[in-house]
Order: sequence, then C-alpha cells, then structure tokens
Amino acid sequence: MAILTLAAKSLWNRRLTSALVVFAIALSVILLLGVERLRTQTRASFAHTLSDTDLIVGARGSPINLLLYSVFRIGDPTNNVDWSSYRTLAADPQVAWTVPLSLGDSHRGFRVLGTDRSYFAHYHYGRHQPLQLAEGREFEDLFDAVLGAEVAEQLGYQLGQSIVLAHGAGEVSFALHQDKPFRVVGILARTGTPVDRTVHVSLAGIEAIHADWQSGAPLPGVHLSPEQVRQLDLTPKTITAFLVGLKSKTAIFKMQRQINEFAAEPLLAILPGLTLQQLWSLMSLAENALLVVSGLVVLVSFTVMLAALLTGLNERRREMAILRAVGARPWQIFALVLGESLTLALAGAAGGLALLQGALLLAGSLLETRLGLTIAAWPPSVHELSLLAIVLACGLGAGLFPAWRAYRYSVADGMTIRI
Amino acid sequence: MSPAATVQADASPAILIEGLRFRWRLDRPWVLDVPGFQLAMGERWLLAGPSGSGKSTLLALIAGIQRAREGRVAVLGHELTTLSGAARDRLRADRLGVIFQMFNLLPYLSVLENVLLPCQFSAARRNRAQAMAGSATTEARRLLAQLGLDAPGLERRPAAELSVGQQQRVAAARALIGQPELIIADEPTSALDADRRLDFVTLLQRECANAGAALLFVSHDRTLAEFFDRVVELPAINRIPMLG
Repeated sequence: MAILTLAAKSLWNRRLTSALVVFAIALSVILLLGVERLRTQTRASFAHTLSDTDLIVGARGSPINLLLYSVFRIGDPTNNVDWSSYRTLAADPQVAWTVPLSLGDSHRGFRVLGTDRSYFAHYHYGRHQPLQLAEGREFEDLFDAVLGAEVAEQLGYQLGQSIVLAHGAGEVSFALHQDKPFRVVGILARTGTPVDRTVHVSLAGIEAIHADWQSGAPLPGVHLSPEQVRQLDLTPKTITAFLVGLKSKTAIFKMQRQINEFAAEPLLAILPGLTLQQLWSLMSLAENALLVVSGLVVLVSFTVMLAALLTGLNERRREMAILRAVGARPWQIFALVLGESLTLALAGAAGGLALLQGALLLAGSLLETRLGLTIAAWPPSVHELSLLAIVLACGLGAGLFPAWRAYRYSVADGMTIRI
Repeated sequence: MSPAATVQADASPAILIEGLRFRWRLDRPWVLDVPGFQLAMGERWLLAGPSGSGKSTLLALIAGIQRAREGRVAVLGHELTTLSGAARDRLRADRLGVIFQMFNLLPYLSVLENVLLPCQFSAARRNRAQAMAGSATTEARRLLAQLGLDAPGLERRPAAELSVGQQQRVAAARALIGQPELIIADEPTSALDADRRLDFVTLLQRECANAGAALLFVSHDRTLAEFFDRVVELPAINRIPMLG
C-alpha cells in the first residue's frame, strides 16, 4: 500500500510527463475503441434496417449492390425489373406479400421511393417493428407524399407542404419535375433506418411525373398537365426491385432458385441476412486493417511510456537508494515502477474511454443525421472491455522492463548514490 | 572459514566484523580485508579515511545491502553473512538509520512524509514511534523540533525546497525515528559549511545519546574528532591498500 502511495506521489511529481503519457495512451484507446465501436454499431445499425423480409429481388447483378441500393439507398441500380415479371412472381402461391420499390428520383438530396401501400403494411425494421405514422396518413392520391422523419425535420416540412421532385439522385439536380408538385400528407415516426431519409410516393406518382419524359429528359414539345396525366394509364412499366415475404420460411431457397432461373428476364433474389454477411466479410479486410493500425498506435503510446519511464529511471537511482536505505526491498522497488506503469495505463484507458463517451455524446446526433448511424454511448461492450484489458496488459508488459531495470539498479547500486 | 556462531542479542556489539574480505565480482580485485572491527552498543565513532578507501563499500556491508561471502559481519547480533536478503532488508528497516552525504530526501514527499518514510516500511519502527509519542506523526514532529525544524508550515513543504543544511537535519530525523539502535552516516556533513557542520554533528550526537543509539559516522574531516568516543582510520583496519 505504501508503495502505491509512493508511486502516485512520484508520478504527480513528474505530472507534466505523466500527463503527456496518459494523453498518448488515451488517444490510442480512443482510436482503438472508436474503430471497434464504429464497426459493431455499423453492423448493428445495418442489421436493424430490415426485418421479416425473406427475399429481395432485382435485376441480375451483384447481390451486395442489390442489397445496398434497395434497402440502404446506397449506390444506384444497374437495371430494372419488368412490371409483368413482378406481377407473375407476386402471384406465386408461395408468396405471402410483396413490396415494389422504384428508385431514381430525389428531393433536395433525399431519395424518393415509389412504392404502394403494401410498404406500410409489410416493411418491418428492427425486431419486427412496422412503420408508424407520426402525423397524417398514407398516400392515397396520385400526388401524395409521405416523408421519413429525418426529411421532415431537416427540411422543416409540415403536412400540406408542396414539394417538387428532381430527376436523379444527386443533391443538386437541374432536371426538376416542377410542373407536377407533390403534397405532404404524412410523416413517419423515426426508425433509425434509411426510411427516415426517404420521401415515399406511389408508383403511379413516379409514373405520372415521367409521363412526358423519355430517357431521363423531358420530351421536347410535349407537355402534360397534372390533370391530363390523371387520364393516362399509370401502371408502371418497370420497377427497381421488390421485397418478398413468403408464407413458409422453408420455401426460401426453393423460391430463390425459382426467381434466379426466371425465364422471362434475368433476375436475382437474395436473402438479406446472408448478403449482409457477404458485405461484412468483404468489409472485414478494411476493418482488420483499421484494427491493426489502431493496435499499432497503442503500441506506439506504450513505447512513449517506456521511453519516459526509462529516461526518468536514471535520474531516480538516488530515489531507489534512499528507499533501499529506509528498508524497501528490491521487489518493492520493482513494484513501485511497475505500479507507475499500471497507473499510467489505467489513467490512459479510463481517460480514453471517457473522452470517447464525451465525443459520442457530442457527435452522436451528427452521425445519426448525416450517416443514419446510431452509436450507443454506454455501456462498453464485453469485446471493448476485453480490448481495454489488453491495453492494460500492454501497459503492465511495457512496465516490466523499467521495473526490472530499477530492480537491478537497486540491487547493484546498494547504498551508493550515483548522481 | 568457521561457521558463524550465534551471538546473544543483549550482549552483542552494534557492529562486529571478523576476517571480512570483499570484492564486487570474482574477476575484480579485493577492496576490503578487515581482520577485526567492533562498535559497542551506544558508542559513537568517527570512521575516517580518504575517498576510495572503501568506506561506502564497508557501509553497504554493514547496512546489509551487500553481502560479504568471506568472514563475518554481525550487526545488532545478526549474522549478515548468513542472513537472507529479505532478512537483511528487514533488519535494516527495523533497527538501522542511514544518513547519506546529500540528496537524502525524496523530492516529491513533504518534510514530514520523508521523516515518516521508515515507518512505512517497518511496523516495528512505527510501533516504537507510537509508543514514544502516542503517534508516529507526533514523534516525527518532536524529532523535527529537536533538530530545530519546527518553523510553522515547514513540515508540509516539499523536501526539495529546503536548504542543504535543513535537508540533512530532516535526514537525521528520519534516521532517528522509531529508535533504531544503530545510525550509519556516510559523510553527512560534506555538503555543509563549517558552522553548520559543527551544528549538525552536535545535534546528531545529542539525539543518538538521547535514543541510546550507536553511531558510525564516516567522514574525512578529522576536525570533528573531538565529538566522538573514538576515531578509527579506515586504512588502519583495512589491509587492502587504497585504490588509485
């Protein structure tokens, strides 16, 4: 006990150096835990986005790409699914429900999703949670729009607001569907998923604004007013993808094969969970690289500590001799220096954890709005705690060398005080 | 080499050396060859000798920090040549007080904490200090006052802020706390000017006499001889000629 008090006082005596060492360790801990937390929370956040959907179907291409654009609104579809294919598959006796998804337009940087009312019934997220309206109602009219919570909040939209959709998915678009504005009729409750950042309209609505367009541009000389458009057949010709719920889970793989071998056009059916796993295994290389880098930073920080302790040690041979003279045993000298390392490592780990929590509390809402990532601040996971334990073990390991040196000095120097 | 006989603690001298030979390593020359030396309990001796005559080595052997492999070193009735390192450390913690030439104090502890340091490492010292004054802290304050270090607020000041003379007196208080039976002082006055040197020696003498402690005071300054029971020249007891 006396030795620990001495270690603390000795560290306090060298508080500038000690503080810098603690700061270096804390920074490395922030990096290590930050990378780890971002990794696990991203995964959790992604896994949270879709629930109860058995298959996602889109044009043939990369499964990961299909998952990213259909559910996470990341990237763009390569091809579309023909409406007749969709109708055929939706009518399959094994299928309980389908939700069509039509992407390609945007509103001030937010993606516009054309769908039908089955979306509100069958799109589930988290643990089987359905979407809920915070205000208003589902879309009914051709030009009705339902906003995700984030869209409404960021743009300050109320029910009844008139909005103009833009062609393409960019933040800034020069091709606006200005002649056919939509009216906000509903705002969804917050879900913590990309739904919050989506503007929902009916498939017919998407069809309507493109009625006088061709190949991504307005047809020259042709202009249809909203009233004229209402007279047209607005059944879509194609959709981007669709979600499928099956009557029986046992039919998933059979249905998947059936869709992949669909004769009329090349289609791809994916299992969302399985494809997410593929995405993670693809990402794990980058994640591991980050983990290795942050591990190296931890090593660097302990090298800093080692350098500081070893530099101090030579000046402290006098201190060791005094301690020996008043009866300290060599192992107590060893414990003194090791205790200092452990104190520095503990303070660094605790400081890093505290700073990370603080940073997440401050930046958490920003991450959520910009990236749709919810990063829980507390408590640290078991894995994080084990990483912290490894950090402390590194501190102890790094402390062994100076402690052993001090031990050797205290035995060899004896009563001689070398200055 | 005869096996060391057990010495009765009550009748034993503070220091007893017989046939001691010491070298730091097997491939190094001998630095000490002391056929006989004896300091009785309560006696206060000046051990004189130029630097390089092996004084510090002899003190390290007496304090039990180094161990002689040839001959006999008995301190307060304990055979240091056969005692384990741990037992020698315990003996030093419990019953020896040590004062160095300079830089005696831990700079990051206060004056009072420095004086109390031996009580941190030895329950026996702490108990004796308590028995003397009620608590170790009271005893430390008493010693500081005896040594003229009772200025208000001084005991809480960091040791590093004190003058060299004050530091040496704090070191004396630390060596004396908990009534050790033997005080070893390694040139404690060499950093002091002449007036303070005399002051320090008189104070140390008085406190050792009060506590009944034996004192082995090493110095090359023979003008201090009159304060001691006896002056021993190290070259006279060490058969190894002085090193270059």
